[in-house]
Amino acid sequence: MKYAAKKLCTLIITLFIVSLLAFLAFQVIPGDPTTQMLGTEATEEARAALRAELGLDRPVHIRYFEWLSGFVRGDFGTSYSYRIPVSDMLADKLPITFILTIMSFAFTVILSIPLGILAGSARSKVMDVIITVIDQITMSIPAFFIGILACFIFGNIFALFVPGDFVSYKESWGACLGYMVLPALSIAIPRVAMTVRMLRSSILSESDKDYVRTAHSRGNHRRAIMVRHVLKNALIPVITFLAVSAAEIMTGSIIIEQVFTIPGISRLLLTSISGRDFPVVQAIVVIIAAWIVIVNFVADLLYQLVDPRIRLK
Amino acid sequence: MADILRVEDLRVHFKDAAPNRFAVDGVSFSIGEGEILGLVGESGSGKTVTAMSISGLLPRGKADVSGHITLDGSEILQCPEAELLDILGEELGIVFQEPMTSMNPVMKIGPQIEECLRVHTKMSKAQRKEFAIEAMMMAELDEPEKIYNRYPHELSGGMLQRAMIAAAIISRPKLLLADEPTTALDVTIQAEILQLLQRLNREYNMAILLISHNLHVVRKLCKRVAVMQRGKLIEDRPVDEIFNDPRHEYTQKLIAAIPTRDKKLY
Ligand SMILES: Nc1ncnc2c1ncn2[C@@H]1O[C@H](COP(=O)(O)OP(=O)(O)O)[C@@H](O)[C@H]1O
Ligand SMILES: [Mg+2]
Repeated sequence: MKYAAKKLCTLIITLFIVSLLAFLAFQVIPGDPTTQMLGTEATEEARAALRAELGLDRPVHIRYFEWLSGFVRGDFGTSYSYRIPVSDMLADKLPITFILTIMSFAFTVILSIPLGILAGSARSKVMDVIITVIDQITMSIPAFFIGILACFIFGNIFALFVPGDFVSYKESWGACLGYMVLPALSIAIPRVAMTVRMLRSSILSESDKDYVRTAHSRGNHRRAIMVRHVLKNALIPVITFLAVSAAEIMTGSIIIEQVFTIPGISRLLLTSISGRDFPVVQAIVVIIAAWIVIVNFVADLLYQLVDPRIRLK
Repeated sequence: MADILRVEDLRVHFKDAAPNRFAVDGVSFSIGEGEILGLVGESGSGKTVTAMSISGLLPRGKADVSGHITLDGSEILQCPEAELLDILGEELGIVFQEPMTSMNPVMKIGPQIEECLRVHTKMSKAQRKEFAIEAMMMAELDEPEKIYNRYPHELSGGMLQRAMIAAAIISRPKLLLADEPTTALDVTIQAEILQLLQRLNREYNMAILLISHNLHVVRKLCKRVAVMQRGKLIEDRPVDEIFNDPRHEYTQKLIAAIPTRDKKLY
């Protein structure tokens, strides 16, 4: 429990620092948001007035703490471009991106563990080569390309779905999740390939260890050795790897939304970046960071559950 | 005295070794019921490979094994895997050299000790635990209830080796293979573990193949010692005879070796 508390402290400190960095970065980045909003022709008075209105004339640290205290209450500030609360803009889009991210993550975990065990149990040289080649290929195809292929094959040729015909979870969870299967798989496939490779090599190196020989000497069948002994040990590095993947899966989701025209935060993020709508970008950056930090926190807890040696440190 | 183990003309060749380089080269010996046989020889002489052949644990794809090994009437080398698995942990217990790495680091001690029962019997969890506690007491582990729920990294090397022994004897095997069981341990603990093996041998009439690179270690326990050199068995005689009248220069060297824990020897 002490371990969890310690990790929770780290989580909060990390989030705090990330929020500070996200905030400061947009103070330093050149480019005045008032220029974007009013155009280059605007007079200096008009800009000053707008700055005062947006609160940009006040000292940085005061603005940071105001922004932060708003943030924890769910008030992400006001969009420069649309003059409406950022939280309203994100309300419909963020859940969609998260559903896609979590689904992709779930696919990655659910597919890669059994496949990794299978690949790690292959004993012939031929299987070895086949697995490695398939793995290399799937690993090197970018997710968006798999997405484009999937759109073409399942959308245009087999007409199993209409690309762009997205149904929000608010209308029907079933239809919404159904639409997200292909995009989620597109993100998951290269990730699965990487995780399988990782788990496989982890299983192979664990299989040479002394305790496996001991397990064998007790009359355990090969399968029992894998399930009862090797797997848990082999999963330890894989947990870390999956936690790191969580970040890439989220950014991958943002890209794949474009391919499948899913109304997540993707377009909003792009337009806010090019439009210097800093409150929106800041909010999204901090939310993505929070997701990554939280996933890593969960991974730390899992890690401790799997590996008793961690608890000592 | 009936033989519990008979090894006849055992030959082991690793596929990646030179064609005429046999790790074990025509070894024959036998162990009677309840007997302790010492198997000594310098590092690389083929002791572990011999033990692994007896337990059928040599990777079948990596090594060519020929000859005959009969354990309590069952032929080990030719038998199908399922039959071998029935013997392992039931009729044959094994204690390895490195207790630290021979235990699964992420599994509690208790379940590892009772694993033979889990594999070979239909006992309930509670029954298994009862047997495990008893085996731990046999292996002279203090506070077995506590240790049952510990992880390997929480125990000392000596305690772990006791736990390994408890795990190996829980099914009361007729033969225990102990491959350098004390080499990784401190000298004082070495003596305790050897005494423990001797007690198990007496109380359960359990035959033991005690492997060591150190002739002085096996001398205390065995009446008979076999000496290996480069894969061949060069002596197999009563221990007193060997000490009084070593036939080979190699055996003399083993006798002359200072009886301490010499890390470089194994
Ligand atoms: N897995 C293996 N692959 C190839 N050669 C091996 C393997 N295990 C042991 N050998 C070789 O077999 C010989 C005997 O080794 P071993 O039985 O471990 O000696 P020791 O008497 O020290 O236990 C050595 O020459 C060693 O190099
Ligand atoms: Mg050895």
